[in-house]
Amino acid sequence: MRHLLGIEHMSRDEIERVLETSEAMLEISQREIKRVPTLRGRTVINVFLESSTRTRVSFEIAAKRLSADAINVTRAGSSLSKAETLADMARNLAAMSADVLVVRDSVAGVPHMLAERVRVPVVNAGDGCHEHPTQALLDAFTLRQSLGSLEGRVVAIVGDISHSRVARSDIYCFTKLGAEVRVAGPPTMMPAGIEALGVKPYFSMEEALPGADVIVMLRIQQERLAGALFPSVREYARTFGLNARTLALAKPDAIVLHPGPINRGVEIASDIADAEPSRILDQVTNGVAVRMAVLYLLTGGGT
Amino acid sequence: MSKSTEPTRAADRTPERELAPGRVVLDAAGIQRATTRIAHEILERQADVTDLVIVAIVRGGEPVAKLVAAQLEQLSLRKIPQGALDITLYRDDVVARGVRPMPRPTRMPVSLEGKRVVLVDDVMFTGRTVRAAMDAILDFGRPAAIQVATLVDRGHRELPIKVDFVGKNIPTARAEQVVLRSRADGELEVAIV
Repeated sequence: MRHLLGIEHMSRDEIERVLETSEAMLEISQREIKRVPTLRGRTVINVFLESSTRTRVSFEIAAKRLSADAINVTRAGSSLSKAETLADMARNLAAMSADVLVVRDSVAGVPHMLAERVRVPVVNAGDGCHEHPTQALLDAFTLRQSLGSLEGRVVAIVGDISHSRVARSDIYCFTKLGAEVRVAGPPTMMPAGIEALGVKPYFSMEEALPGADVIVMLRIQQERLAGALFPSVREYARTFGLNARTLALAKPDAIVLHPGPINRGVEIASDIADAEPSRILDQVTNGVAVRMAVLYLLTGGGT
Repeated sequence: MSKSTEPTRAADRTPERELAPGRVVLDAAGIQRATTRIAHEILERQADVTDLVIVAIVRGGEPVAKLVAAQLEQLSLRKIPQGALDITLYRDDVVARGVRPMPRPTRMPVSLEGKRVVLVDDVMFTGRTVRAAMDAILDFGRPAAIQVATLVDRGHRELPIKVDFVGKNIPTARAEQVVLRSRADGELEVAIV
């Protein structure tokens, strides 16, 4: 791997290599001394031009557990909005001998654009409504912990499919690993032609959930939804929220993922988020391991 | 398993490698005798076996450690804690650029603080693997002592590292490979290929 820009162009082998490497990385976080010397002397720069706590901290911890130096750049106080300016900033960071650039931006394609302009490996930490590859990898890792394999499993992704980079990356990742993926949400949140990605759209929980091994609940992104795509939060919670009633539609041992941060009482009821079927905190734990694996594999410079 | 000319190539250390012909230098009976003797020597060396921990180096050291630990438990009538240490992330050549070897999970059932640790590997060669393993062990506590046991010592040390317990010394040319492998019938053997 030269860069990690999206799951779309990864092979199944590449995905599995990341997941297998993550197994070893997970053990490191369980030690009393949570650090290995592997990336000693390397510099990872996290360029987060869109707000984030979990992903930014996760990348920072991942870099530090591998003994790399981690530096965070945020948008605050700067006027970075034009693509050229961004490219220049990335060139400057590369000129300071950065070994990896981790990039998050609210505009799709920014990490790809930077990857073409700098000679440093670039990791996409979420670009607009396009992809969020490390989230999909940690989701797949979490599912394999519980289910062993995704082969033949039924995964329902529920929420705002149109605006979700997590949904897109999950769809690519889970289908490549052999799962049957369903997407569900109101018609206003369902992109036309989603079937082209190898998934089937559903417009109610009652249709989407029966037989599901896994339910991925997406966050309702109030900050991205300028116009109203659904009549009210309460109605959304009633029709597409996960609660005891809708969870019961899926397989009895179905497990629940959510990329966070959760809107309690909107897309997911509190008692479900905190209960047995939820793997939400495992996802956060595993996120560090998966990002360690990605940083390790990308700094090799090989394929 | 294989100690190739690249000294600590952990990714290639698979006990199930294909059987290249090569010269068998230690057969299953020989391996049994060698590991039994190593177990006796380990016990002789310890004033107290209660603090003993066997740590295999992943993956080549694992079958050897299993045999040694079984003997130790039989001789001492005690359960001996056993760990398995993957040293990939501690190697001195992962800093260089190149395709990354696959790390494997380390299993350490007990803290190594104050313990007498016996590191077990299949083939002792340059000493770089043991160097990396010592760094890794120190991340699990400060042991009272670290000793090294190896089924085969083939020489060509590049670091000032000595072995405490040796199954068999086998002189080799530097370019040769020494492998511990399991045959089709499941028996272990050591061969020069």
